[in-house]
Amino acid sequence: MGEIQLMKGNEAVAEAAIRAGLDAYFGYPITPQSEVLEYLTLQRPEERTGMVVLQAESEIAAINMVYGAAGTGKKVMTSSSSPGISLKMEGISYIAGAELPCLIVNVVRGGPGLGTIQPSQADYFQATKGGGHGDYRLLVLAPASVQEMADFVDKGMELAFKYRNPVMILSDGLIGQMMEKVELPQQKERVTEFDPSWATTGKTPDRERNIITSLNLDPEKQYEHNMKLQEKYARMKEDVMYETFDCDDAEFLLVAYGSSARICQKAVNVARSRGKKLGLLRPITLFPFPTEIIAKLSRQVKGILSAELNAGQMVEDVRLAVNGRIPVYHYGTPGGKIYSPDDILKAIDEKLMGGY
Amino acid sequence: MDIKEIIQPENLVHKRTPLMTDATLSYCPGCGHGTAHHLVMEVIEEMGIQQDTIGIAPVGCSVLAYDFMDIDMSQAAHGRAPAVATGIKRLWPEKYVFTYQGDGDLAAIGTAETIHACNRGENIVIIFINNGIYGMTGGQMAPTTLEGMKSSTTPYGRDAKQMGHPLKITELVAQLPGTYYVTRQAVHKAGNVRKTRKAIMKAFEVQRDKKGLAFVEIVSNCNSGWKMTPNESNEWMEEHMFPFYPLGDIKVEGKIVKDLLKELM
Repeated sequence: MGEIQLMKGNEAVAEAAIRAGLDAYFGYPITPQSEVLEYLTLQRPEERTGMVVLQAESEIAAINMVYGAAGTGKKVMTSSSSPGISLKMEGISYIAGAELPCLIVNVVRGGPGLGTIQPSQADYFQATKGGGHGDYRLLVLAPASVQEMADFVDKGMELAFKYRNPVMILSDGLIGQMMEKVELPQQKERVTEFDPSWATTGKTPDRERNIITSLNLDPEKQYEHNMKLQEKYARMKEDVMYETFDCDDAEFLLVAYGSSARICQKAVNVARSRGKKLGLLRPITLFPFPTEIIAKLSRQVKGILSAELNAGQMVEDVRLAVNGRIPVYHYGTPGGKIYSPDDILKAIDEKLMGGY
Repeated sequence: MDIKEIIQPENLVHKRTPLMTDATLSYCPGCGHGTAHHLVMEVIEEMGIQQDTIGIAPVGCSVLAYDFMDIDMSQAAHGRAPAVATGIKRLWPEKYVFTYQGDGDLAAIGTAETIHACNRGENIVIIFINNGIYGMTGGQMAPTTLEGMKSSTTPYGRDAKQMGHPLKITELVAQLPGTYYVTRQAVHKAGNVRKTRKAIMKAFEVQRDKKGLAFVEIVSNCNSGWKMTPNESNEWMEEHMFPFYPLGDIKVEGKIVKDLLKELM
């Protein structure tokens, strides 16, 4: 067993960033994720590992610091919450276009606009369909616990370098703010000698200069670049992650991620105690989406309810996976309101199991 | 005299720096960008820091600067070069990092990044090309466009009451404690080229000595955008730009050397 601590999700991300041997964090305060920057500055990471932590003048500056720093081939991250992530989208598009690895944490709050500081899953579309301009994707990890907030930092960084692509941890105000027991990862060495062949490290006589750019004025070249990106996004399927609860004999299925999956897991337990054969599929990667397992389960169950803290977003991907085979419904509370397991059970009775 | 006698090393007055690539410059004939590019590369060559230098190309006419400069470079989103440079410099504190930006990039969309990088005293060099216009997009009004000056979005001349005043961003950043060396130069005449080269050299030396941010403005022409011949544009620049954007050092060794209040009026 590693070191156990009681921590907020935001603090766990910050501690895990130091322990994963990250080289830099650039951020800007916004509720409900400000503890990430607060925790990092309190911990003196420059003394613990030599990690750079800098409070930028805006989310826009922070993501562009990430862009520059990621271009040096080092491990870099930022974090924010919904309105701040919207500001970062220009930079994220550039990072995806220039194929740079980095980690972006979004502790989602209710929207649109300034919205509310309460938890929400309303940024699913923005996270999984690109978000900024151009045809690009982020690899999206959805933690459902403080433990996963910590674990996904190193995992996310590994995937970011595997694909040379930005990875997003799509959390929310609930996971970010709640305290749980967390087993912290071992301290990894910050590998300062890391020097990938593509990075801006200073041109030496033995190689051509390295250019970090997303610009290709020649449409043929931009087309080829786009097709290469699409091929990469298709390849990400090999890293699909999901979790199933009571799916083996399930007649009805809940699909839910992150904090919604926590609520749905309780709903499954209650339903099972009442003799109802309900199962839960929890996507852990939202892009790549666990399409195949949902398609497979749609041949077994009679109906699916996609439960999300939004007005219905992931349900579209579930429907694409099911392809009309069985009814797929959405249940959700947009705007920062959180449903209870009872609300889920009621929705299941009304929408899925009428007369069951 | 035979040509071979003339091309002896001891007779060499000027040599094209090998740090400029063989790519044909994409700038209009008469534009100052090419000269400014050469000067930056000459300084890097003379200091022997090619393998320790990372440049940031902006959005604007010089977006393709990395095609011409034989060093590692990062292209930046419009206005964000000082933030990108901050990210690189914080991770490579021993390397040289510079941005190369135009007036629209640095003084309009990127004002926040410029001011805050200067205020933090990021140990970088900012090369600021001020031609009073958005060149790349076709000659629109820039923050530095002079009062009364015509552009494609001020076809009747800039009216300060409606469109605001031209921004003296260089005098502004000079007042921030993080800037150590702030100067304004030009590259339209041989004498000015020599002065600008010295200024760029000094700026990189400030970075080498970890003194803070060095800011070199180069007032330049945009003959295409100004709709003039190259010669006309240089004369117009001397007559109209230089009185409002006077050449010379503004801050040296962390101390303001000009009466800024007078300059700003």
